[in-house]
Amino acid sequence: MVRYQSIFTRVQVQAPIYSGVPLDGPHWPRVGKGQLNYWLGKIGDAQVGPVYLGWMGLASLICGFIAIEIIGLNMWASVNWDPVQFVRQLPWLALEPPSPEYGLRIPPLNEGGWWLMAGFFLTASILLWWVRMYRRARALKLGTHVAWAFAAAIWLYLVLGFIRPLLMGSWSEAVPFGIFPHLDWTAAFSIRYGNLFYNPFHALSIAFLYGSALLFAMHGGTVMSTAHYGGDREVEQIVDRGTASERMALFWRWTMGFNASIESIHRWAWWFAVLCPLVGGIGILLTGTVVDNWYLWAVKHGVAPMYPVVFDPVSVDPATLPGAPQ
Amino acid sequence: MNNRQVMPRLVLAFGVALLLAGCERPPPEIKQIGYRGTAMELVQNPRLLAELAARNQLPPALEQLEAAPDTPLARDVYQNVQVLTDLNIVEFTHQMTAQANWIAPEQQCEYCHNLENFASDEKYTKVVARRMLAMTRDVNINWQAHVKQTGVTCYTCHRGKPVPEYKWFKPADPRNPGGMAGNKAGQNTPADAVRLASLPYDPFTPYLLGDQTIKVKSTTALPTGENPASIMSTEHVYGLMMVMSGALGVNCTFCHNSQHFGSWEMSPPQRVNAWHGIRMVRHLNNDYLVPLTDTFPAERLGPTGDVAKIYCATCHQGVNKPLNGVSMLPNHPELARIRTPAEIEQIAALAGGMQPAGPVPPASIYFEVDRYDLPADAAAALAPLVAFLKSNPEAMAVVSGYHDPTGNLEHNLELAKNRAFAVREFLVRQGIAQPRIDLAKPVETTGDGSLEEARRVEVSVREPAVATTASTGD
Repeated sequence: MVRYQSIFTRVQVQAPIYSGVPLDGPHWPRVGKGQLNYWLGKIGDAQVGPVYLGWMGLASLICGFIAIEIIGLNMWASVNWDPVQFVRQLPWLALEPPSPEYGLRIPPLNEGGWWLMAGFFLTASILLWWVRMYRRARALKLGTHVAWAFAAAIWLYLVLGFIRPLLMGSWSEAVPFGIFPHLDWTAAFSIRYGNLFYNPFHALSIAFLYGSALLFAMHGGTVMSTAHYGGDREVEQIVDRGTASERMALFWRWTMGFNASIESIHRWAWWFAVLCPLVGGIGILLTGTVVDNWYLWAVKHGVAPMYPVVFDPVSVDPATLPGAPQ
Repeated sequence: MNNRQVMPRLVLAFGVALLLAGCERPPPEIKQIGYRGTAMELVQNPRLLAELAARNQLPPALEQLEAAPDTPLARDVYQNVQVLTDLNIVEFTHQMTAQANWIAPEQQCEYCHNLENFASDEKYTKVVARRMLAMTRDVNINWQAHVKQTGVTCYTCHRGKPVPEYKWFKPADPRNPGGMAGNKAGQNTPADAVRLASLPYDPFTPYLLGDQTIKVKSTTALPTGENPASIMSTEHVYGLMMVMSGALGVNCTFCHNSQHFGSWEMSPPQRVNAWHGIRMVRHLNNDYLVPLTDTFPAERLGPTGDVAKIYCATCHQGVNKPLNGVSMLPNHPELARIRTPAEIEQIAALAGGMQPAGPVPPASIYFEVDRYDLPADAAAALAPLVAFLKSNPEAMAVVSGYHDPTGNLEHNLELAKNRAFAVREFLVRQGIAQPRIDLAKPVETTGDGSLEEARRVEVSVREPAVATTASTGD
């Protein structure tokens, strides 16, 4: 008997290889024949491929490959082409943007030129992938929701690496390509601009991020808990009484009064996910351009309290005292 | 269990091990130090604290000796005294002995001095030590905003090692020289200095040598165009803060508040102290260490040929108060004051001008069992005596050898004689003519006191007019 309600599925979604719906119009043939994979069947459909590549996919992959090559080879060069050190230090390595003195000018290759070039190709790759995603959705006669959700993420990426540096007049404001280095950049960004936690858009973004996780848990849990009533066939049951869908609705109505419908819950999730990078991008965009110290801004506008001074003696900037060493 | 069950479990176990590999063994202790709800807390691990406290104990105390007011000045007795010109010979010898124990406990005087000629500057270590003495006094006198009354001594940094453990050099650029790719921009290396973050690996040069501004935060809510700090310069400051955090064993909130790092009135008072510390270190590096660059031999210099420089950890060594905040100055007041020219002249006048008239106390040199080679501390013990003999050409040295009561008497007599010979030989090497050294065989050659005290040679001074009687107590 097929059981679906456990947390870990015991079902292998395996079927004879199937290449999918026919496509109208001028399209590339699909690449590959497809094959079955047991482990992928554990977490999803066991069939891998065939994929649709297309001009956009091909161009995107080429641009992405170039970007990764520029970043990776620069990282490797930075450890003097030592393969062992490249692997050991990989999390620390980075391709850094130009230093502040270059402003928005094009610097020499090894002074940030590589970074600009990698940024260009990575951006091209991402934008081409977006177009591909949009066009594949259209080709399948789908809505373009996924493409627009991806666009929200691209917005944040562009704000961080392109739009904000442009407004600040310096490439050096942008994020380095690197694992730890981009985290250090994040910390330094918050320190320089007066504690990002007091940036209300940052706060909103976090709320949507955590909210997305919460909604995902609620929705996933709800559907799985009704699997034995056929809850996985969610949408087709939406208007019927006595179905798994009605039980889902009743569960939430009983526990918190209000329930999303089986259709609207997906809007909830989509908007939370989209708003997370959208408002985050706004917060980043405002930082340094119109607000220089978020803590002082928050105090000024009554967002943050001034806490009582508890230290004795109260510190005074020593540089302001007479006779202070410089 | 079949293979399909074993594999995921192995992977899971490996993953958990990997995840916890970087963790510190509990228990961490969290202490609230600020207003509630503001995350003002110190995070420390009592297990590590106990270890640190044990590592930062004081050395055995060397009591300050009482000197008669007419004790002559070291500058008048010894040659080539340049820094401690205001100390009398008792204070001077006390300081030299302490220094030998603090810095070169194995090599003793020989680490800096030519034992044949203590006045010689031929060893670079002596030239360095002289500057370091001046530096120590500068710190204790002029930088009390940072060191308070606790102050520092040589031991604060040296801890029994000729070269202090914690120091910094400018790192060589690890980049492939002349390459057209792979610019690390001075960061992105797991560097110890920044506690293995990918922050700039030289957080020292801009701030502890140069005076690049550390304040990166704006003091206004909106941009005014007056704060030029970039994110990159902020990363540099962040690196410096990691250095300080590691050196003192504290987290950010030891000095900073958690809302607005730049605000002074919301920050703990320690931040003011740290501010002075940064200026102090910058001053000491520029005024004392860097000018010594050419004095040091090449093997003491860094990869780019620069001199070893100090930073917070040089003194602090992992605790927020060096040596757990215990002052060594009560026993070494000479490191925290410089007598005025008037005071110095007063002492010189009491001591009878340039020629010290006061007697020099007899010196005892203690030997190992059945040995007559000079112990390492002999040079220090005999230094005042040698100086006196040099400045009083009429005075004579009287040398008497003793042995302990154990063993064969005949063998012991030979031993006592050889011990006296060894001391005479040393005095001759110090430039005292042999006819001026009397070997006086004691009536009772078995020394009194404990066994260690019995195995000694006593040296006293006899002046032509009034002989200084050695109270041997025999």
